[in-house]
Amino acid sequence: MSTLTISNLQAGIPGKQILNGIDLTLKSGEVHAIMGPNGAGKSTMSGVIMGKPGYDVISGSVTIDGEELLGKPAWERALAGLHLVMQYPTEVPGVHIDEVMREAFATRGRDTKELDALIAKEAGRINFSTDLVARSLNVDLSGGEKKRNETLQLSLLKPKFAILDELDSGLDIDALRDCARRVEAATTEDNLGVLVITHYARLLEELKPDFVHILAAGKIVKSGGPELADELEKSGYAAFQ
Amino acid sequence: MTTPTTFRDVALPTADEEIWRYSRIGELDLAKYAAGRVGTTIEASGAAAAVVASGSFADCGKAMPIAVDAFAEISAIQSTGDSADITVVRVPRGAAVAEPIVITRTVAAAGILATPRLVIDAGENSEVTVIERFVGADSLDSLVLPVVEMIAAQAARITYLAINELGDRTWKISHQQSLGERDSTTRIYTVALGGDYARVRTEARLVGTGASTQQVALYFADNNQMHDFRTLQTHVAPRTSSDMLFKGAVAGTSKSVYTGLIRIEKDAHGSQAYQTNRNLTLSEGAWAESVPNLEIETNDVKCSHASTVGPIDDEQRFYLESRGIRPEIAERLVVLGFFNEVIERLPNLPVVAGLRDKVAAKLGAAL
Repeated sequence: MSTLTISNLQAGIPGKQILNGIDLTLKSGEVHAIMGPNGAGKSTMSGVIMGKPGYDVISGSVTIDGEELLGKPAWERALAGLHLVMQYPTEVPGVHIDEVMREAFATRGRDTKELDALIAKEAGRINFSTDLVARSLNVDLSGGEKKRNETLQLSLLKPKFAILDELDSGLDIDALRDCARRVEAATTEDNLGVLVITHYARLLEELKPDFVHILAAGKIVKSGGPELADELEKSGYAAFQ
Repeated sequence: MTTPTTFRDVALPTADEEIWRYSRIGELDLAKYAAGRVGTTIEASGAAAAVVASGSFADCGKAMPIAVDAFAEISAIQSTGDSADITVVRVPRGAAVAEPIVITRTVAAAGILATPRLVIDAGENSEVTVIERFVGADSLDSLVLPVVEMIAAQAARITYLAINELGDRTWKISHQQSLGERDSTTRIYTVALGGDYARVRTEARLVGTGASTQQVALYFADNNQMHDFRTLQTHVAPRTSSDMLFKGAVAGTSKSVYTGLIRIEKDAHGSQAYQTNRNLTLSEGAWAESVPNLEIETNDVKCSHASTVGPIDDEQRFYLESRGIRPEIAERLVVLGFFNEVIERLPNLPVVAGLRDKVAAKLGAAL
């Protein structure tokens, strides 16, 4: 059992504070949804937690089982057990998924002998064609293919905690279901803790949250159970802005 | 003005001339060098061996004017006397030479000026692949001035690959010139890893209707090296096509220069020409310049050019690092991926298969 603890996280971009003190505790196997309107700070939150360049941390801490992540480079955060599924996965021309996974396994001291078989198995679980695995990372992939690719990497790397940044954006129904079900399965099979950041409740029909938090103006303004997502779907964000 | 009779009398250009701007030409002192030769070995089997012979100066100057610049002039002077080093690949009409011809030029001594020349004369509807490797040990301060002339007769297909793996003190100033007749195809590839200052002037002239050419290069400089490229895609005849892709990286305090010109002459209507040069700067002290140019004298053509110079993309680096990959490995993956587009276009030959590893090894040392 692991715990991801976010305490009083304040951060932003140079000259502008965006996160105004976020507190959140996430345990292995739990699914927490962060919902919020555009501009609430959802993507900033995921970027800051993973260590994406361009953000300034003002104060606060992010720990996994007490180990401080802030101040560490992204790759060390990944080794500590954190994984980010990106909203807009970056195109890396000429670099193939299997190469990246081989290096990622190597840094973790994991055996790569069975990697090809593992990739084939995991790709099959989310209906991701292995032909696409041989392509350059995210180059010439459709929105759905990119998110299947992100989900494939998540399932191979088996982190302790995953942040899904708008996994549902640009996704067709089939891809959404395949990806969401795979993540849901990981919460029981691998005890994965999930922080799912989304604008819409649609994703949460497949990936059932245990907790829902509403993020507005850089703060969590309300927390509750799954019923909070339904409420939002009906009444919108207006009441929280 | 008298015609120079020895290479020492040839007036060298200066960096004040536009085409030598950015170059290290000012460092060159011809007095340091004595006329000499590179070692030449030719690997060719069966039908390939039959088309290779040593030639004379009479075989030269068909694709390229003899004195296109001072270094071509030096090559011409040296090619008439005892220092002449001329290899001719002459492929008869209709013959397709299946096996590649691999010519290895070895610099074995310091202080020499060598002028190896290669003529690839492909008869009508013939096909040939020639690889010319330049190798040598580090710390040999010599000057190599290679010239390759390619003549592709109607519907002939020439593939030529130059690989520079010279030592770290050797200078190379080379000319690659092709002449493409009707419906011919010339592919000119360059992989430049070695040498101190290495300049390649590549001109593809498309003189027959429907002729096409590709110019593709990969270059990677580190330490104090400089790679300097000048390309010309010259469309003389109608419906000709040229496609140029040059990708390079500079590390340490190295430099690279690319200047290129697409020239579409007035009769070359219906032609298409593409020119892409991309450069990665891998360190603060490294420097790359890219100057693409177009000169179009007719309507009804399709042309595009693109050029970029910049460091490794932060987003790409972050994406890989967020997967738990160390920064130096992430950079290596991004750079090798960047070069992959070129490597995938090189001919599928054993000598090419090892190039990716050589680039990776050089990258491992540079990052």
